[in-house]
Amino acid sequence: MNKYWIAVIGTSAIAFLLKYSGHSVPEKWLSHPKIQKVNALIPIALLSALVAVQSFTEKSKLMVDQRLLGLVVAIVALLLKAPFPVVVISAAVSSALLYRFG
Amino acid sequence: MSKVSRVSKISGATFRDSFSVSLTVGAYGVAFGAAAVANGFTVLQSCLLSLLTFSGASQFAVVGVLGAGGTALSGITTASLLGIRNGLYGVIMAPRLKVKGFKRIVAAQVTIDESTGVALGQEVRSQEAMRQGFWLTGFGVFIFWNLFTLAGALGAQAMGDIRAWGLDSAVPAAFLGLVWPRLKTNNDRILAVGCALFAIAMTPILPAGLPIIATAFIAIAVGLRKSGSNNE
Repeated sequence: MNKYWIAVIGTSAIAFLLKYSGHSVPEKWLSHPKIQKVNALIPIALLSALVAVQSFTEKSKLMVDQRLLGLVVAIVALLLKAPFPVVVISAAVSSALLYRFG
Repeated sequence: MSKVSRVSKISGATFRDSFSVSLTVGAYGVAFGAAAVANGFTVLQSCLLSLLTFSGASQFAVVGVLGAGGTALSGITTASLLGIRNGLYGVIMAPRLKVKGFKRIVAAQVTIDESTGVALGQEVRSQEAMRQGFWLTGFGVFIFWNLFTLAGALGAQAMGDIRAWGLDSAVPAAFLGLVWPRLKTNNDRILAVGCALFAIAMTPILPAGLPIIATAFIAIAVGLRKSGSNNE
């Protein structure tokens, strides 16, 4: 078995165990108001971090490129209360145009 | 298939959110399939990663590490660090979904950024919409992600540069659209901007994945500190 197969099986097994263990934490642990508060804040933290990392980094390096335009367009669309698909598509189109013709 | 206890109407807005996320994110599977094959994985291995690991960031990580000459262990470790996020999503979703047995296994497998994000985004509508958003997005992304992985792996050159199609901007825009409605108070906005800056600043320093995971601990610290100051 080469390293690619080991990586495929190992990554998949651990990925599922992580997902499943999250679902199996006793509910009692989660009823406390502070835990509820933390639960509401965690998605804000992780999603914001994902936006930033996917917009401004590439392979552990900081990078500003056409994705900045896409992000700005997405923010403007959100401020204008555009529906979700419009936000995503306008970001993609503006970024693609800058990349191709910029 | 498992019998849905109550066939309730799916709201158009929930369906639209779920579908657009599924298709957009799923289309990114082309990039993964292509990247996997380019980094020495077979088409079968690429497809198995999408079916079984089913977590984009983890999949890109393991492919990138092995492609750069890393060992299987370092690839698995990096991918698993990114996968911790899904465990946290499981903790968030479990009390909201309330599923057991086989359904919980299925729910766990489709617990990813997008299904959790869309579900939480629907919570302002109703608990029912929240659950529908989770399942629709989870299955939707699963289907599209796997189909597009196969397409990408088979025709790695077909699309060429994903940046020319704006896919590199579509994904962060989707995440932004998901976090946006959750930013209700100034404290929320400060947390969001702070975590974004932190993650960027830490990216060159910490191993891939850790800057994102670390922000969860910022959220925990903030949530435990301010008690009752921010009533929602």
